[in-house]
Amino acid sequence: MSTIPTQWSRVRRYLPAQQQLNNWLKQSFVSATGVAVFVLLWHILASQIITSLGSFPGPVQAAQQWSVLIAEHKAEKARETAFYQRQQQRNAATLAANPDAVVSVRPYNGRPTFFSQIVTSLYTVLTGFVLASLVAIPAGIVIGLSPRLYSAFNPLIQLFKPVSPLAWLPLVTILVSALYQSDTPLFARSFLVSVFTVSLCSLWPTLLNTIVGVSNISPDLQNVSRVLQLNWLTHVRRIVLPSAVPMIFTGLRLSLGIAWMVLIAAEMLAQNPGLGKFVWDEFQNGSSDSLSRICVAVLVIGLIGYALDRLMLQLQQRVNWDKSATLR
Amino acid sequence: MPKSHLELSQLGISFPTPKGAFVALQNVNLDIAKGEFISLIGHSGCGKSTVLNLVAGLLQASSGGVILNQKEINAPGPERAVVFQNHSLLPWLSVYQNVELAVKQVFRSQKTKQEMRDWIEHNLALVQMSHARDKRPAEISGGMKQRVGIARALAMQPQVLLMDEPFGALDALTRAHLQDSLMEIQARLNNTVIMITHDVDEAVLLSDRIVMMTNGPAATIGEVLQIELPRPRNRIALADCPTYNHYRHQVLSFLYEKQRKVEVLPNAGSIKATAVAKTAEKRA
Ligand SMILES: Nc1ncnc2c1ncn2[C@@H]1O[C@H](COP(=O)(O)OP(=O)(O)O)[C@@H](O)[C@H]1O
Ligand SMILES: [Mg+2]
Repeated sequence: MSTIPTQWSRVRRYLPAQQQLNNWLKQSFVSATGVAVFVLLWHILASQIITSLGSFPGPVQAAQQWSVLIAEHKAEKARETAFYQRQQQRNAATLAANPDAVVSVRPYNGRPTFFSQIVTSLYTVLTGFVLASLVAIPAGIVIGLSPRLYSAFNPLIQLFKPVSPLAWLPLVTILVSALYQSDTPLFARSFLVSVFTVSLCSLWPTLLNTIVGVSNISPDLQNVSRVLQLNWLTHVRRIVLPSAVPMIFTGLRLSLGIAWMVLIAAEMLAQNPGLGKFVWDEFQNGSSDSLSRICVAVLVIGLIGYALDRLMLQLQQRVNWDKSATLR
Repeated sequence: MPKSHLELSQLGISFPTPKGAFVALQNVNLDIAKGEFISLIGHSGCGKSTVLNLVAGLLQASSGGVILNQKEINAPGPERAVVFQNHSLLPWLSVYQNVELAVKQVFRSQKTKQEMRDWIEHNLALVQMSHARDKRPAEISGGMKQRVGIARALAMQPQVLLMDEPFGALDALTRAHLQDSLMEIQARLNNTVIMITHDVDEAVLLSDRIVMMTNGPAATIGEVLQIELPRPRNRIALADCPTYNHYRHQVLSFLYEKQRKVEVLPNAGSIKATAVAKTAEKRA
């Protein structure tokens, strides 16, 4: 009796999965074609362009430099390990001769490689972004809840929002060197300058979107809160924050994108460690390989920006209560 | 004469508009006894929601006031629970959590955790929603959402239950079912209820008194109809009951003869009484 419905449900379950797979394959194929066409065009056009440093690098040269960068990184790591090993041996010998001797381990001061610059940039951008969010979300909630505060702050927000990182940078540099004076600094000044510049430029989308999300809470839900006589904190936690979460995340994603772009520019301009400095150094270097290395850097910067956005999207999907919302 | 439980006294309100103050309500007087079921009926835009919001404390009266147990009302509070027209459940909380938010707020200092849990379950069972306790509002039907809204309001153990067209957006079958549940619950708990409705049958079936409002601006109470049908009431038995039909006729005649809706035709610029009785009855 039950075989027919059971079989049918099996077929039905199977069909969409098959369709999904097909759609996914189709989409991947289209994307792959796009990338292939781009690489091909790049290859053809690059060889036609002659620069002062020889012909413009194509995908082949970029791929070569990618392997060179990996090799350089490995070599640097090997040198570092060897350096510490030598010290250890020397210290062991000293201690063997005289057990009371005071030995120390000096840190290795090698040249930063492409990959250590990536780590520096990621660390810097995330610090700046987290700092900006920690300021922007609470400030956005407080400002969004009060029409009076909103009127007070709106002109300032509109004024500072469009300011380019290049304009903030000198001010931040001067301020950091004036205010951060310590004999045993916890953070390098250049790191703080990058972090604050990133924060200043990237906090606006989060701030504005939080304000909009908070001030557009449905009046019905506000009435629920009033009838229940929720206190301010409960009102914010149970009503305001959840209903503003979609807008807050829209802002956070915009902010993270801006933070990443601003960071590269700031590193280039201020010669602060990171990917921006890598690009700038290669540009100053001016060897025939430099352009290929810059091409690699450009692609990596793009890929990291994309990965950061996907990460935020994942987080948004996890946190958002509205599971039916399509996020892209 | 016994002191009244809930009293609307000389109640009036005007809203500021760009064209000057708009007097929405004027001189609304009503005494409501404890446990009484009142229906507010009137044409769309006459000020029914405004009356309800004044009793809820969500709006402030411009003149007169609302007095509950000899105390003037000037802020919202959980002893006057509201069932909102569009349910107003928090979409990010489950059915259970929505009721829990209200229960925690009202009984924080009176009930233990276990007692609160039992009380939430009890109220969900009252509206037959226990099976969906962990679902989000988006995952249940409109009728179910409205039931949860009622459970949330009942769980606050309010002295007065205020309902703004609670069944307006539901299909006829669901509506009939929820009306029956509401009658049962009210008979058991003896809440004072003020319910806004567009539906003449609903008003006659549920109410002890039907309060009919005149058209705005400056709307007020036109007539009050005492419904003296014995309880429990049965909708099928009442369908052929002459008294029931008499009440029904009185409400209809108030709405569509005495307070026939006057509409301003935008182009003609003249005021024309249009026979909206038919369309209005369809809406109801
Ligand atoms: N906040 C407000 N500002 C201005 N006018 C309002 C406001 N609230 C209600 N009104 C007006 O008061 C009248 C009554 O509204 P309402 O109570 O919502 O009517 P009902 O619920 O009977 O349909 C309407 O004409 C409406 O336009
Ligand atoms: Mg209304």
